[in-house]
Amino acid sequence: MPHKHVPKTFILEHELVPEHEVLSPEEAEEVLEKYNINRYQLPWITIDDPIVKLLKAKPGDIIRIRRRSPTAGEAIVYRVVIADTFQPKKGGGRREK
Amino acid sequence: MPGKARISAIKFGILSPEEIRKISVTTIISSDVYDVDGFPIDGGPMDRRLGAIEPREICPVCGNTRDSCPGHFGHIELARPVIHVSFAKHIHMYLKTTCRVCGRIKISEAERAKYLELLKRLDEQGLKYLKKRLHEYIRRRAAAATKCPHCGAKQYKIRLEKPHTFYEETEEGVRKINPIEVRRRLENIQQDDDIRLLGGDPNDARPEWMVLTVLPVPPRAVRPSILLETGIRSEDDLTHKLVDIIRTNNRLREHLETGAPNAIIEEEWDLLQYHVTTYFDNESPGIAVARHRSGKVLKGLAQRLKGKEGRFRGNLSGKRVDFSARTVISPDPNLSIDEVGVPVDVAKILTVPEKVTQWNIEEMRKLVINGPEKWPGANYVIRPDGRKINLKYVDRKALAETLAPGHIVERHLKDGDIVLFNRQPSLHRISIMAHVARVLPYKTFRLNLLVCPPYNADFDGDEMNLHVPQSEEARAEARLLLLVEKHILTPRYGAPIIGGLQDYISGAFLLTAKSTLLTRDDVIELLGVAGYGGEFPEPAILKPGPYWTGKQLVGLFLPEDFNFKKLAKIGGTPALRCIDEDCPHDSLVVVKKGVFLEGVLDKASIGAEQPESLLHWLVKEYGEDIARLFLDRVYRMFLRFAEKYGFTMGYTHLLVPRKAKERIREIIEEKKKEVYDLIEKYRRRELEPRPGRTLEETLEDEIINLLSKKLLDDVADVITPYFPMTNPVIIMARTGARGNPVNLTQMAALLGQQTIRGRRITRGYHKRTLPHFKQGDLGPEARGFISHGFVDGLNPIEVFFHAAAGREGLTDTAVRTSQSGYMQRRLINALQDLRVEYDGTVRLPTGEIVQFLYSEDGVDPMKSDHGESVKVKRVIERVIGWRL
Repeated sequence: MPHKHVPKTFILEHELVPEHEVLSPEEAEEVLEKYNINRYQLPWITIDDPIVKLLKAKPGDIIRIRRRSPTAGEAIVYRVVIADTFQPKKGGGRREK
Repeated sequence: MPGKARISAIKFGILSPEEIRKISVTTIISSDVYDVDGFPIDGGPMDRRLGAIEPREICPVCGNTRDSCPGHFGHIELARPVIHVSFAKHIHMYLKTTCRVCGRIKISEAERAKYLELLKRLDEQGLKYLKKRLHEYIRRRAAAATKCPHCGAKQYKIRLEKPHTFYEETEEGVRKINPIEVRRRLENIQQDDDIRLLGGDPNDARPEWMVLTVLPVPPRAVRPSILLETGIRSEDDLTHKLVDIIRTNNRLREHLETGAPNAIIEEEWDLLQYHVTTYFDNESPGIAVARHRSGKVLKGLAQRLKGKEGRFRGNLSGKRVDFSARTVISPDPNLSIDEVGVPVDVAKILTVPEKVTQWNIEEMRKLVINGPEKWPGANYVIRPDGRKINLKYVDRKALAETLAPGHIVERHLKDGDIVLFNRQPSLHRISIMAHVARVLPYKTFRLNLLVCPPYNADFDGDEMNLHVPQSEEARAEARLLLLVEKHILTPRYGAPIIGGLQDYISGAFLLTAKSTLLTRDDVIELLGVAGYGGEFPEPAILKPGPYWTGKQLVGLFLPEDFNFKKLAKIGGTPALRCIDEDCPHDSLVVVKKGVFLEGVLDKASIGAEQPESLLHWLVKEYGEDIARLFLDRVYRMFLRFAEKYGFTMGYTHLLVPRKAKERIREIIEEKKKEVYDLIEKYRRRELEPRPGRTLEETLEDEIINLLSKKLLDDVADVITPYFPMTNPVIIMARTGARGNPVNLTQMAALLGQQTIRGRRITRGYHKRTLPHFKQGDLGPEARGFISHGFVDGLNPIEVFFHAAAGREGLTDTAVRTSQSGYMQRRLINALQDLRVEYDGTVRLPTGEIVQFLYSEDGVDPMKSDHGESVKVKRVIERVIGWRL
């Protein structure tokens, strides 16, 4: 549990959290153009995600994430902010073996 | 798409009683199935109007025969309503969230309007997950209310007792709510919007429909009866269950009409509920399973669909196929790696459809004349009009005469046909590969030993499956994509998965060893088995006579510009490691410009699953054809040399001199003494506990450390001098063919401490492992220390401990396989539809992106150099023949 006096922005500096950045509408358009997709065919990131809250991103915004990658050095990933998410109950649904 | 309809959505609803009656052709009232003459009774569960299923029977409803009659539903009017088990949870939700008196959702008008508005907005924006969340929230809010905000009635807690009984916890006590009452309350939910708020559908799934008043009876074709050889008819489980339902229902109705006592009615009603429940699902928790008179468990409707053998996994995702065969496998090193030996008996049953043309008509005639009994023959001829003629029952000579282009002959499998070969579990794509058939005598499938690793096959009774592709497309696909030689490299990390194991490796080592000199006859024999067709090599030695080396022979098969340099597996032993080319151990393999200069071939060069090996670079740089020929020819030479050499291992190869034996005994005694000292120290409480461990744990740790690792290492040092590189056991261990130095110590010297879950053996009798020891004995022998090796033989107590520890490994494997199997299933289900698009992205079939660049670097591991897209070192080596 983080202490109360630690500001929540500390996760932005944490070494295990990759660099997140909200794209401008022009940049976003470019990305969609590049992959020839509509916004919602990108991987999603929920609006409840702590980093999305800190970036104050709105639903529909596209976030660029630069990750360190063991195979490629650096990998760039885009995600679209989504409000429409459902947290399934703990333990998930019925699981059949 | 003009003229083509597309399904845009599928919606599931619940059948209403009216709908059930409407689709029904008759009500079923009789629990008797057949009359005295054995004809189905009208109004019984096998009523003829439920569809034609007998041959030549005409359906009285639709006038079709059994081939085209779709089958028709009937229905049973239930005397009293019963709960549908599958909906018990939903019913419970409705009962909890609505008022028991007025039937309104237990949420205030204002709040309700707010949620409705919210729901409408979510709907408009298509936010389906948030909608689910809202429904969840509304349900929780409504269920929490203890007073109806509309009529003010007090609300009680409603409990569902599995599978289908509801209780209300009032002040006076717990009261059962019977299905009539349940249905009344559900009917009472009048407001469609209330249902919508709770996530229901007031048009297609009204809550009261979840309580059955009418039961549909499925068509006869769904539950066919089977005729036993004795002429006795055996009915389907569903029919049995329907009979139970009808009988109970009729009795219940009678009781109701005659005004029987309430207790009797209740009992009969419960029984009806039980039968209907088990009819739907005979595995519902909290209820006794319905059984046949024989005690066999009946199959409910749910059991038909569920699980591995169910309709979905058993019949829709996976089907049984024709043109397949299964038998035991056995090895044949004389086959090519892409061949498979098929028994004649199998080849006479598996067929390939071949179109008759003017060019093959004579051959086809011969096949037709041979017929189904004589290989190579044919089993069927298909005429252009589509008629299929079974060659077993016709005048084949006459038929062969009438054979003309356009006919199709289903001829026997013959040499050169392409077939698919598979061994379960099919964990990766190389579990199914295409082979070229070779029809052989005897009854087993035969395969080259080099393809054992991809299939993970051995010959201790393994069986494999074979499939014959029937279309030209399938055959082309098999040849181009699935053939064994296309899979020498594994897609896992790009190294060859096909390669030598066991005696291939010892054979290769013996052949290429410095001390091996071959006479002219030897060379002729070895090159003969390899099918060598080139010029005869010059001898490497002329005095005292002409002799050739093994390296020379292998070199004959290497490409002329091939460069290779790598430490052999035997170089892994520090004593045999070569730093550079100038080295007496010969453990550095050097090939320059196709000339095999020095080094011995062992697991590191020619073994299966060895990255950056000779075999790996051969496949990668010269293609699969060259590699296949190398595997077929040179590897055969390795085996032949192992046979010529007479490579064998026996008891005498494990013996050590008496002097060494005595030294080993001394070491064991020393260590035992140390253990006794420790125990003594522990008894006197002088032992220092280690941080975080108790005194007992510290003692155990110390003892295990002394008796297993240290002791075995010391003993290994004593015996290694007695095992030179000429000893077959050492050859196998050092070259990686089989076994390791620990195995050697265990055979020649002692097994050491036996452990279960990393602990000495402690379980058994009270405070002791066996009655042969005193209680509380902590000494080595009493806790599973084995001071003998397999050469000396174990005493009975030691055998027991060895078996106990050995059992652990067996149980571990059993548990692991089932767990990893289930994990594999989930992974495959999740990932099976992903694919890499031309732009390098990984996507779902609908275009959603999963990865922006496959594996983040876009490298195909199968075509990579052990994970790297380009291995610069190897490129340099290839060009200048030397590693920098």
